[in-house]
Amino acid sequence: MRTGPSWFNVTSIVLGFAFLYLPILILVVFSFNESRLVTVWGGFSTKWYVALLNNDQLLESAFVSLRVAFLSATLATVLGTMAALVLVRIGRFRGRTLFSGMIYAPLVMPEIILGLSFLLLFVAIDQPRGFWTIIISHTTFAMCFVAVVVQSRLVGFDRSLEEAALDLGCPPARTFFVITLPLILPGVIAGWMLAFTLSLDDLVISSFTTGPGATTLPMKIYSQVRLGVTPEINAACTILVGIVTVAVVIASLATRRQEMRRERDERRAAAATG
Amino acid sequence: MAKKPVGPVRRAFAPWENPQSVPFIEFRNVTKRFGDFVAVNNLSLKIYEREFFALLGGSGCGKTTMMRMLAGFETPTEGEIFLDGQSLAGVPPYRRPANMMFQSYALFPHMSVEANIAFGLKQDGMAKDKMAERVAEMLRLTKLEKFARRKPHQLSGGQRQRVALARSLAKRPKVLLLDEPLGALDRKLREETQFELMNLQEELKMTFLVVTHDQEEAMTMADRIAVMDAGEIIQVATPGEIYEMPNSRFVADFIGDINLIEARVVAKVEGGTLLRAVDGWGGFDIDTIQETSAAVGDTVWYAIRPEKMQIEVGQAGPPAVNTVGAEVWDIAYLGDVSIYHSRLGDAQTLRSTVANRTRLVERPIAWDDHVVLCWARDAGVILTA
Repeated sequence: MRTGPSWFNVTSIVLGFAFLYLPILILVVFSFNESRLVTVWGGFSTKWYVALLNNDQLLESAFVSLRVAFLSATLATVLGTMAALVLVRIGRFRGRTLFSGMIYAPLVMPEIILGLSFLLLFVAIDQPRGFWTIIISHTTFAMCFVAVVVQSRLVGFDRSLEEAALDLGCPPARTFFVITLPLILPGVIAGWMLAFTLSLDDLVISSFTTGPGATTLPMKIYSQVRLGVTPEINAACTILVGIVTVAVVIASLATRRQEMRRERDERRAAAATG
Repeated sequence: MAKKPVGPVRRAFAPWENPQSVPFIEFRNVTKRFGDFVAVNNLSLKIYEREFFALLGGSGCGKTTMMRMLAGFETPTEGEIFLDGQSLAGVPPYRRPANMMFQSYALFPHMSVEANIAFGLKQDGMAKDKMAERVAEMLRLTKLEKFARRKPHQLSGGQRQRVALARSLAKRPKVLLLDEPLGALDRKLREETQFELMNLQEELKMTFLVVTHDQEEAMTMADRIAVMDAGEIIQVATPGEIYEMPNSRFVADFIGDINLIEARVVAKVEGGTLLRAVDGWGGFDIDTIQETSAAVGDTVWYAIRPEKMQIEVGQAGPPAVNTVGAEVWDIAYLGDVSIYHSRLGDAQTLRSTVANRTRLVERPIAWDDHVVLCWARDAGVILTA
């Protein structure tokens, strides 16, 4: 006999998803609101999206955000991958525990403290704040997320593949680029995407490390919301949510397809052997 | 009586017997320590050109460490390794003229079979057309033509093994290192591959060094075997010598089945030694054609292979040399041979095997039968270690 899910499970799921997605859903719905009043439904319209396209300030800050996210994610991926390699490969060395603990510290460190310490640092070295200081700070905190993701990929990595490449006459540096990197690439890309989204939606650290002329999208939205929420902001956020959703769905579909193809091939090979 | 040589006498290929031969690979007093653990202990070994050499031993005996030191993945703590007269000290793995076939095969999963085989050639900057030619040749040699464009995960275990072999042979290395090459294959395939490897080695005129824990594999393929235990080489000899003339109880016991009888030296005569099994063994006399370094009265072991013992039904007559009465305790019928475990007076048993030459359903020897075991003077060896 097959019984359906119990009422308790159903309630849990409904409540859980409601908590997670109801606010976003409301935001998306009201971005198509005809009315200027945010909480009153006045019919369907896309006029706020049009208005968004004409809002140069908002677009400008979105562009800043994308540039910051792209550059800091790339830097964080390089540094994070290097850190992961060291942690996994170089077995025990003096201070290993300390090093790995320090890599992960920003994962749990309150953002406000990170932001404040960056501010103090930049002031201390007399570095004028702006675009590049935001990138530096984002690189720093995103790097540890990349390290975690890449490390999990490296743990299952068969070292004899690298040894085989060396054995066949491939020097160590080239071995890294033709053997190691292609094989851990899914982890590296996942790390990059994580760093990218983290940087894209960061408000606290950016606020501390920004300077004139470098306003990111979350900062812009936050400052506008203080003057009152407009449906235009809703539209901007909806686009942001859309971009992130599409990226995540594509990434997970790609890995799933790859896995399924791999499984099918393996079954076929096994069947062929008999 | 003149000393009779034991074991194979005629050998076509035996550079190790000629003191003038120059070794191709030489381990000179090599020690490797991992922390407190001594993996290889002050070990010296000479391997000659075009030899098929096997390092045989249980897990943790240091055989894999030896191979990894030769490939360059480990550095000897002490001592030196020479290849073709050159010291390998400080030479990184990617500059050594040796290629290795890994136990896990270590095929590059993101490359096709072709690309895997071509990988080493590409590192040497070989011309495109020459490379294609060589890859095609390797594919033909390993019968992989049909699978050239497949990825490793689309292949069966046997096919993967052949790709790994083709890849390590493609560069025509001076030395091919094989780490448990047939471990992952099933029995039938393993036997086939053993012969294929031997033919390949002869055809390509390369030096092969194989590491294995499988004595059958080593016996079948190798010109010489080094039996290793706890970081030391116990014996280096041809398969025949290892089997017929083990130098210690360890080697005798490790290779094949053997009866080890504890005995005391009774008399040392010209061209032979008289032994008497100790009381626990029922105290029978053993006559051998071997002279021993042990003194009269010393305890030694008399090692005799089960197939060198004859077994016949009947009561033991008056005590005679190399003859002992026993009672059948266990019989194992394996089809081609039967193994009899016969009990001597006390709890000791002797194993003897008999080839089943005739198609008798009913065997003449049954459980609890009284039997007589006897053997020739040259059937066993005296071991002092």
